[in-house]
Amino acid sequence: MGLSTRDVLDIASLSGEDISLILETARRMKEIFRRPVKKVPTLRGKTVVSFFHEPSTRTRVSFDLAAKRLSADLVSLSASTSSMVKGETLVDTVRNIEQMVPDVIVIRHSSAGVPHMLARHVSVPVINAGDGMHAHPSQALLDMMTVLEKKGRIDGLRLAIIGDIARSRVARSDIEGFLKMGASVVLAAPPTMIPAGVESFGVDVTYDADKAVSGADVIMMLRIQKERAASFLFPSVREYALRYGLNAERLKLAKKDVAIMHPGPINRGVEIAPDVADGKHSIILDQVENGVAVRMALFYLVMGGQWNAGD
Amino acid sequence: MLVIRGGRVIDPGRLDGVHDIWIESGRIVRIGNMDEHAEPGDENADVIDASGRIVVPGLIDMHVHLREPGYEYKETIATGCAAAARGGFTAVCPMPNTNPVNDSAQVCRFIIDQARSCGAGVKVYPVGAISVGLAGRELAEYGELKSAGAVAFSDDGNPVTNGQLMRRALEYAKGMGLPVISHCEDLLLAGKGVMNEGTFASRLGLAGIPNAAESVMVCRDVALCELTGGRLHIAHVSARESVEIIRHAKQRGIKVTAETAPHFFTLTEEAVGMYDTSAKVNPPLRSAADRDAVREGLADGTIDVIASDHAPHSTVDKDVEFDAAANGISGLETSLGLSLALVKENVLSMADLIEKMSVAPARIIGKENGIFEGAVADMTIIDPDSSWIVRADSFCSLGKNTPFDGWELNGRAVMTIVDGGVVFDASKSGL
Ligand SMILES: [Zn+2]
Ligand SMILES: [Zn+2]
Repeated sequence: MGLSTRDVLDIASLSGEDISLILETARRMKEIFRRPVKKVPTLRGKTVVSFFHEPSTRTRVSFDLAAKRLSADLVSLSASTSSMVKGETLVDTVRNIEQMVPDVIVIRHSSAGVPHMLARHVSVPVINAGDGMHAHPSQALLDMMTVLEKKGRIDGLRLAIIGDIARSRVARSDIEGFLKMGASVVLAAPPTMIPAGVESFGVDVTYDADKAVSGADVIMMLRIQKERAASFLFPSVREYALRYGLNAERLKLAKKDVAIMHPGPINRGVEIAPDVADGKHSIILDQVENGVAVRMALFYLVMGGQWNAGD
Repeated sequence: MLVIRGGRVIDPGRLDGVHDIWIESGRIVRIGNMDEHAEPGDENADVIDASGRIVVPGLIDMHVHLREPGYEYKETIATGCAAAARGGFTAVCPMPNTNPVNDSAQVCRFIIDQARSCGAGVKVYPVGAISVGLAGRELAEYGELKSAGAVAFSDDGNPVTNGQLMRRALEYAKGMGLPVISHCEDLLLAGKGVMNEGTFASRLGLAGIPNAAESVMVCRDVALCELTGGRLHIAHVSARESVEIIRHAKQRGIKVTAETAPHFFTLTEEAVGMYDTSAKVNPPLRSAADRDAVREGLADGTIDVIASDHAPHSTVDKDVEFDAAANGISGLETSLGLSLALVKENVLSMADLIEKMSVAPARIIGKENGIFEGAVADMTIIDPDSSWIVRADSFCSLGKNTPFDGWELNGRAVMTIVDGGVVFDASKSGL
């Protein structure tokens, strides 16, 4: 059994079975981390081209590490190392990438839809490492993996997402993923950060962070971009931190076993207080570790892999 | 001598019936009914059999972008005029956002000369700039532009953000008897938006443009039109609120006219699909409620004109990220086919359609256009039923950017006649 799609472009195009398969494969991949030699020869001779058209350290390192642990050859391109500049057509980009004869392409781009457009032009699988405000499927998958690990289930849980939902690809992918796996979702943000047409998303919406926090099994805090104050989305970082930041006081409203996530990098003291980020409810570091496992699973599955315990 | 025989001749408010038309020296010399077996009256006459066809005053597309001078890789006056002739248009009005901008008599004359010499035979009535360089700072020289042949003023592509400039433009153009065409867009409200604001944009992660980015400017311009008594024409109406504002203004007797484009009464934001840049246009394709309101506005006369906002682009402009892709649809060759659907769907009568694609635009730009004895023989012959498939790669236009590629349309122009000469004949174009 493999994935129902060639590419991993967004959570919407994955089925529930696909997600379960990825999470199960990732769980097994994680076992490799416990071995003295954290590397398997599974993808020896395969070439991964990763193309990051937007600055990213964590996601990029995570994908690179995943490829290396599977023994794949890795070509990493960024906007500055490739000749890609604004004005180059996508067809040119595709040609440049195809020159490297990849077996899989990982792409991060600041414009929504670029991975989809790329996938239409190439004959190998494309993995979306984040496109504009659209999707970040590997992030949502690692979030689901982490929750599954900590809670033993996703079905029936309540996920609260707090932050700039309208401009967050992480939020979009988490909403689609957690809903698909049977969780319920509540969004909390000032109205300026709630996407237009949210009523069709199948989620609850509140402008009151306290309401979202109380009753949640899992809280996802989104990184707030401070420069957004200039677009009149919120008056000041100070007011945002007071009304929507997750601090010890607000956390008292939560369930005793609440788990706290963040896609990183964290603005300590803005969307999340340092003692909360480092506290016993935080599963932020597990997310980072699981990110590598999920990305190994994605490489493995899109390249047609069948999991074999003896592999 | 040219004789058009047996067609249903429609000139809204003037003629609707089967007539024969005699043309000589570029003018209509006689309209009548000859005996079926009689000679046309002149042995040397070319006789065009128009039975089963509709003969109308030449269609005029009062909002196109011909890109020349400056952007000849997107379109030239020659290719744009060829596309117009094929689409059934005897005249087009190119917007001034060329390089250099059409804000001087020199550029205006260049455009008219190119059109005359290119051989396509279509009449070109340029729209001059509202402001020098479209920069929104000082008025262009309207008097000089008018004497060079400009028929209206617009900064299309850019809105006029300065309300005082718009007021003065309306006032000053009033002295010329010419209209000001407004591209209504509040740039700050549109922000970084690339498609209609709403569920679809939210799901695609694309920044949205709210209806209000258009309607607040329609509102301002209607108020300025009332203040100045000038003639205001609203370009490419896309939002239901704009339709409502214009309807209300007309009820109050304000001298405003408006146009919409075929993509706004045909498509919705769903056409963006998975980031299809051929459906990226400004203003953006809107919701189904907006599309329906635009249709209603056409039906009740709120919207006077159908104009394509023909905006040809090359693959260099379109085959890029959705965010970076140029706005616009290459519309001249699909405009009539898409508009005829309004007749089939009982939104408009055939006469109403011809009014909006021929008579009304002529009236707004101050040109005579009609079928009567003595009139200039600019005419379009339409086959209202023939079904055909849109093939972008066979467009005369250099712009192959259309969301309608592969669509089956019913009805098209089979002949375009300008000054009594045939400038497009489908039977000779292998169509
Ligand atoms: Zn415009
Ligand atoms: Zn335009």
